[in-house]
Amino acid sequence: MNFRLRIWRQPNRKSPGKLVDYDIRDISPNTSFLEMLDILNETLLGRDEEPIAFDSDCREGICGTCSLTINGEAHGPDHPGAVCELYMRKFRDGATIIVEPFHVGSFPIVKDLVIDRSVLDRIVQAGGFISARAGSAPEANSIPVPKHNADLAMEAAACIGCGACAAACPNGSAMLFTSAKVSHLAFLPQGDPERASRVLKMVQVMDAEGFGNCTNTYECEAVCPAEISASFIAKLNREYARAVLQRSAGE
Amino acid sequence: MIGTFDAKIPAGPLAQKWRSHRDHSRLVSPNNRRKFEIIVVGSGLAGGSAAATLGELGYRVKCFCFQDSPRRAHSIAAQGGINAAKNYQNDGDSVYRLFYDTIKGGDFRSREANVYRLAQIANNIIDQCVAQGVPFAREYSGYLANRSFGGAQVSRTFYARGQTGQQLLLGCYQALCRQIAADTVRMLPQTEMLDLVIVDGRAKGIITRNLRSGHIDKHAADAVVLASGGYGNVYYLSTNARGCNVTGTYRAYKRGALFANPSFTQIHPTCIPVSGEHQSKLTLMSESLRNDGRVWVPKRKENREKVPGEIPEADRDYYLERKYPSYGNLAPRDISSRAAKEVCDEGRGVGHSGRGVYLDFADAIKRLGEETIRERYGNLFEVYEKITGEDAYKVPMRIYPAVHYTMGGLWVDYDLMSNVPGLFVIGEANFSDHGANRLGASALMQGLADGYFVLPNTLPNYLAGQMGKRPSPDCPEFREAEQNVHARIDRLLKVNGTRSLDSFHRDLGLLLWEKCGMSRHENGLREALQKIPELREEFWRDVRVLGSDEDFNQFERDESAGAHFREEHQTPDGEALRDDERHAAVFAWEFGGDGQAPKLHREPLHFETVDLTQRSYK
Repeated sequence: MNFRLRIWRQPNRKSPGKLVDYDIRDISPNTSFLEMLDILNETLLGRDEEPIAFDSDCREGICGTCSLTINGEAHGPDHPGAVCELYMRKFRDGATIIVEPFHVGSFPIVKDLVIDRSVLDRIVQAGGFISARAGSAPEANSIPVPKHNADLAMEAAACIGCGACAAACPNGSAMLFTSAKVSHLAFLPQGDPERASRVLKMVQVMDAEGFGNCTNTYECEAVCPAEISASFIAKLNREYARAVLQRSAGE
Repeated sequence: MIGTFDAKIPAGPLAQKWRSHRDHSRLVSPNNRRKFEIIVVGSGLAGGSAAATLGELGYRVKCFCFQDSPRRAHSIAAQGGINAAKNYQNDGDSVYRLFYDTIKGGDFRSREANVYRLAQIANNIIDQCVAQGVPFAREYSGYLANRSFGGAQVSRTFYARGQTGQQLLLGCYQALCRQIAADTVRMLPQTEMLDLVIVDGRAKGIITRNLRSGHIDKHAADAVVLASGGYGNVYYLSTNARGCNVTGTYRAYKRGALFANPSFTQIHPTCIPVSGEHQSKLTLMSESLRNDGRVWVPKRKENREKVPGEIPEADRDYYLERKYPSYGNLAPRDISSRAAKEVCDEGRGVGHSGRGVYLDFADAIKRLGEETIRERYGNLFEVYEKITGEDAYKVPMRIYPAVHYTMGGLWVDYDLMSNVPGLFVIGEANFSDHGANRLGASALMQGLADGYFVLPNTLPNYLAGQMGKRPSPDCPEFREAEQNVHARIDRLLKVNGTRSLDSFHRDLGLLLWEKCGMSRHENGLREALQKIPELREEFWRDVRVLGSDEDFNQFERDESAGAHFREEHQTPDGEALRDDERHAAVFAWEFGGDGQAPKLHREPLHFETVDLTQRSYK
């Protein structure tokens, strides 16, 4: 298969970027999208041109490192799945493919297609945990957790932290990401003691870092490789309201 | 050789060793802990849990990872589960049984004391993870669920869907985040370790490179903990992530740390086969598929490229069922892998490359209905379709073995300290607990045992004698190591050749896969030992960017044990034939200088509790 690629090139955070055209030929339909970029980079290296910088690691859809917008869709056309799970057979032979990084104000571009998502770590650092010292945990079966709640917690906890939700959102909102962590821990009895302070602190950091708000367009859910449901955003709103009321009631 | 080569196994009965060792180890008082700086390299299950726990205890920790966030370490990709001897099923499980299954699964090539401690700690890990909010699978009663795994007759594996590694890692990432916020841990992502600094015979720091800016930095500490994973990617194609490399442990080896049992590498039987030369990695398909799938290849090689549906039953060879009638398609990992290689070597392998066998669900679908199969394995069939474009409900899956895990690693004593004092090695990076073969659901157990419970209890024993002895990062040893790093980078950049790093890595991987892969023979090993220096020479003449290299002599282990299968040593029915007389030992290699042969040290293994039997799962 042959393709024309229009790829975002940007030397660093400060310089302006632009789309640059590359033609690539004789690609097997069984090549993954990222392997196709590997091949392009080998070709560029052979021509003494600078290879295209892009991020990837596990290449099986679980680490959340890859972060490309393809033809305007976060993670490309084959949902649900991360870019590393996208194969060239999903494209028409001879197609033009536009490749950009996740464009989100809070994810500055480092170089070409590589972005800085450290802000997602800072949201978790604000309170996305249960304080449990190693050595102090009680016997695991001492607190039963209803299966329904455990299953909901698992659905929320499946988030891979890629940031596609914010990239797809017209408001650049990270509410799906934040709601997944808040919901995961709020569904479990172990998360209860820190439930109110957790949601308040995480939302505060999320807002301070410049992410937008949710206006129910559900683009986040449509592109999420882990199929996180937008209903967790409703859960986040409820948790937040509950915590604010508790705080104003002086609890 | 630096330091001692003594495993320092505590005296006393097996079940009391860990308790009595902790009772008699030295401690560091809470007020003094903040005076110690600890470096942790790696943020996976072992490194992440160690950094979080040491931070919580009050030490000043610096944690390094090459990824952009500690949450992306490759522990995240583990699917199946984590073992513990809770005996929630009331099916006869116990700490002793978990210990025995693990040491037998490893073909009696690991230390009794280490494995027993692992089995004892396993229960604490489950408690800890549940307290952190890890959403393990539960029964309708609200209590924790278990599943069965290979190599055990009890049901002791805890799991979170097919994403157990992800959930355990996120649990320890969250604990780490809490310590980062509390300022006890300083996280340095996108930073790789390029050298180990040794001052007066003790590990006192590392040299790093920031992968974004290229900046080289010196970091001094009171102890260095390596949790940088295994060396599976030396084979180029493996189930490891792209960024997993062996640089951390290899630099430590070059500085004098012993590398133990390098020939113990695990090949997983059910992976999606290689589809082309530009393939960048292999994807594991859970072993559970073999519960309902039947493995076969055509009887005659002429039929190899035929559409599978057109090959009549009589012309199919269900070779696992034929060779292992009692275990059939559920034969153990190493045996299934070798059997697949054998039929492909005979020219009967299927798929474009001829390196594949069918895993056929047609019978199971006929018996149970497509809906049941979809319920059991739906997500795996989806992954398969994404990668291959084929619908496994209609045509058989194609699978082939792939490199998955390395049991070997840096040598450590009972305290998880290498022979270099102050250098601790945890998780897959060390060699300690799995012997010659790792059982399923044991890797996660070991990583978290090391990080949450073993290291935090053994590290103070070393640190207590090191108060106020942290050198300045401007001392001559740091300057020498920094210059060493700069010189190496300059040398690599000056080559300015024509071949990419990946092309060399692919060549090296292919050579190792062919000659030191699923089974090894003396002739092949000799050939590899001759070709690796040639490849290294070409690398330094013609490479265009950066890389690393490795070679070890595998003749010395002139026996078969678990995953190390020497074709010369097998039982009449093709099982691994150990030589307990001569080789019931850890083989640890000392770096002998560039281009020089490494030197072998042996640590004899003493078995006081278990009998060394012929491992048989027939």
